[in-house]
Amino acid sequence: MIRLKVNDVERTFDGDPQMPLLWYLRDELGLTGAKYGCGMALCGACTVHRNGKAIRSCSTPMADVDGAEIVTIEGLSKNGLHPVQKAWMEVNVPQCGYCQPGQIMQAVALLRENPHPTDEEIERAMAGNICRCGTYQRIRAAIKKAAGGSV
Amino acid sequence: MNRIENLSRRAFLKGMFSAGALVLGARFFPHKLMAAQLPLAGADVNDAVFHPNLFVGIEPDGTVIIAAHRSEMGTCIRTSLPRVVADELDADWSRVKLQQAIGDPRYGSQNTDGSHSVREFFEVMREMGAAARLMLIRAAAERWQVPAEQCETTLHAVVHPASGRKLGYGELASAAAKLPVPKKEELQFKPSAKWRYIGKGAQSYDLLGLCTGKPLFGMDVKVDGMVYAAIAHPPVLGGKVKSYDDSETLQVRGVRRTVQIEPFKPPHAFQALGGIAVIADNTWAAFQGRNKLKVEWDNGPNSSYTSSEYKKKLQETVRRSCKVVRNEGDVDAVFAKGGKIVEAEYYTPHLAHASMEPPVAVAEYKDGKVVAWVSTQNPQAVQEAVAGALGIKKEDVICHVTLLGGAFGRKSKPDYAVEAALLSKKVGKPVKVVWSREDDIKFDYYHSVAAMYLKAALGENGKPVAWLQRSAFPSLMSTFATNVEYGAPLELGMGWVDIPFDIPNLRCENGRATAHVRIGWLRSVANIYHAFAVQSFADELAHVAGRDPVDYLLELIGPPRIIDLKSIGYWNYNGSAEEYPIDTSRLRRVTEMAAEQAGWGKRKLGKGMGMGIAAHRSFLTYVATVVQVEVDDKGRVRIPRVDTVVDAGLVVNPEAVRAQFQGAAVFATSLARTGEITATNGVIDQSNFHDYPVARMGDAPYETHVTIVESNAPPAGAGEPGVPPFVPAFFNAIYAATGKRLRELPLSKHNLAA
Repeated sequence: MIRLKVNDVERTFDGDPQMPLLWYLRDELGLTGAKYGCGMALCGACTVHRNGKAIRSCSTPMADVDGAEIVTIEGLSKNGLHPVQKAWMEVNVPQCGYCQPGQIMQAVALLRENPHPTDEEIERAMAGNICRCGTYQRIRAAIKKAAGGSV
Repeated sequence: MNRIENLSRRAFLKGMFSAGALVLGARFFPHKLMAAQLPLAGADVNDAVFHPNLFVGIEPDGTVIIAAHRSEMGTCIRTSLPRVVADELDADWSRVKLQQAIGDPRYGSQNTDGSHSVREFFEVMREMGAAARLMLIRAAAERWQVPAEQCETTLHAVVHPASGRKLGYGELASAAAKLPVPKKEELQFKPSAKWRYIGKGAQSYDLLGLCTGKPLFGMDVKVDGMVYAAIAHPPVLGGKVKSYDDSETLQVRGVRRTVQIEPFKPPHAFQALGGIAVIADNTWAAFQGRNKLKVEWDNGPNSSYTSSEYKKKLQETVRRSCKVVRNEGDVDAVFAKGGKIVEAEYYTPHLAHASMEPPVAVAEYKDGKVVAWVSTQNPQAVQEAVAGALGIKKEDVICHVTLLGGAFGRKSKPDYAVEAALLSKKVGKPVKVVWSREDDIKFDYYHSVAAMYLKAALGENGKPVAWLQRSAFPSLMSTFATNVEYGAPLELGMGWVDIPFDIPNLRCENGRATAHVRIGWLRSVANIYHAFAVQSFADELAHVAGRDPVDYLLELIGPPRIIDLKSIGYWNYNGSAEEYPIDTSRLRRVTEMAAEQAGWGKRKLGKGMGMGIAAHRSFLTYVATVVQVEVDDKGRVRIPRVDTVVDAGLVVNPEAVRAQFQGAAVFATSLARTGEITATNGVIDQSNFHDYPVARMGDAPYETHVTIVESNAPPAGAGEPGVPPFVPAFFNAIYAATGKRLRELPLSKHNLAA
């Protein structure tokens, strides 16, 4: 039996321990904010937080989240929007929007560790998150905007 | 020939609107249907079966509900078109609710590709808004017992300035609903100076949901009792299952059963590919079960297809005379005279769409009818394809349209929805078919490979006096018919026969090529390879002639004029030659503006830096792009800046258009840097983002500056035309920076190390 906390709610799981966290979140808990994009930790669409750090849920087996605290985009902010989400809206980042929950979760984790990243640091931290619509220029701008405020 | 009708008391909108709501529907007649009806002008088309097409409704509480009948894949079209209605209605956008339309041919075309949503629907949206506004004014005038001419609207309300009276739209809805719909001649459209929304930037209606992870996409659909399916497709197009063993599959926890899907009958069109489906309790179990399948395939004749061999054949084809598709003057006579002759060959590989959300569909078959929820660009094609596969009526397929996690043309082809419907019928439950990334890359409708050969004779001043161009590529029409051997007018009309250069002797040819994989349209389609060849060659000639590439390009485009291609049946993206002529003055203008904006010839560039330019008209929009590159000693290329100037006629949502052109630069960066799909013995070699890489943040242009030309010309396309000029401008910049001329995509095949 695997025990974990998802967005502050205690959960138990007794299915296949090799099942990636992504499919547990999406198909079992109905938390569809984290997206499937590649299944190989290549695109970042599935990014969530495990104990505050960004991970690729598509390649993290349930066995690896026993006892962990998981936060998804749905649980990112309890009161209104997170400052990163606000910045995302102000800069009007999304086009199709499919990758954006992953991008936002990655950006939140970056700013937590490095509140004022340089362009290069942003590029390095966001390198694992693909956006096919090509919103990178605005993602960078939104991260800088969020860094300018209090995150 | 649009007609606005009062639907307020029609039963079919029950549930969507409250009693007392004013609801107007516009019957939109597609251009083709209109043409067919012309001899009967004035006759009532299809009056017997009335149905709300596009509609706008006003609730008694003032809420305005507008149908969004186009698919949203990131272009913001679901927002932009309803804002046109809201503008003419003088409605408060914050009180507007959108209702995504299901698939229904009576909406007119819902096929959201070809960059034509705004140009096709701008007028009817305005008419609907203006008609509703006039009815509200008349209702208020009646209430106040004053002439309607003395009333006007402010935001979401009718006012009578003489007496200072004011009534909100909600208060007037019920009374307005009882009035006849005004005739088109009675409508008063706002002058453009009074537009609230048209021409002003707007964020997406769905922005908040997109930033908070709401379940908006096809991938997020869940219905009661649903099971999940993953399908082992035949590795070679047209392959069949010889035998299979699912014993290990059935041992996977969560797997319920396997189901065989029959192979398609050619042409494949939007039929299911066939194969073995694994039905399971969740997506992961379905994927795992599929991995454990042991299938023996009969690969069939397409196993002869190896793209490296095919490439040689295509290149051979264009080295010899091909079918002439446009001819002016006599190029042979000029070439025979000798002089300065330049030749070059270009090649571009297959591409996969690789939208972030792979193809996904949910369908439920029950009592001879299907209800589907599909991430689709074309819900009517879903209806047709599903109906065809199941032998039911099109009207018995209800297709709900979700938001799309990217599409780029892939999701106009609903084979995956057909799979979901076929499987639902077999297992008696709603089925969600989820394509893995591997399925997406290996079983796409691929962008065509293409080989091009160009030859020019330069006269005095280095300007060409003769220009010959040949292309060969398997046509996307091969998806819909067998034995297709040449490019279709649609493909040849994308930057090939419509080459806008001022050259007295000009010949365009197209060579024979047959398809061995599914060929489909991908964002900007044949423009990609045609613009790459033409705009690269123009740059090559400029350097041979020792001229500045911008000056030279402007000279090639020549004096301002209209190019008439009616005699060769140029399709012009289905736009009329009168409304949408090929106007070289507009192409010149964007070229000059892009060069100016980029600081062409003025900005000092350091070592390893270079700028390249290209200009191209596609989807009736004129675009010029300047790309700046920086190449280091190891041959690594960065793109610090891109300047794009766009003349798309009247622009409804400039913010969305800017985003589209920023995005197009990144999409084009992906295909130019690393985009390459290859096949060996009919099997696609790539499978996921490790071997089909796409641009990441550091690969993409650091900043793309987009300037939109102010224009009152009719609206044109925006989603696609940013892609074609970027690629040659990028490679021309690499030449400027390194002196290396690259004539084959992608960049990853070349070594730029110093």
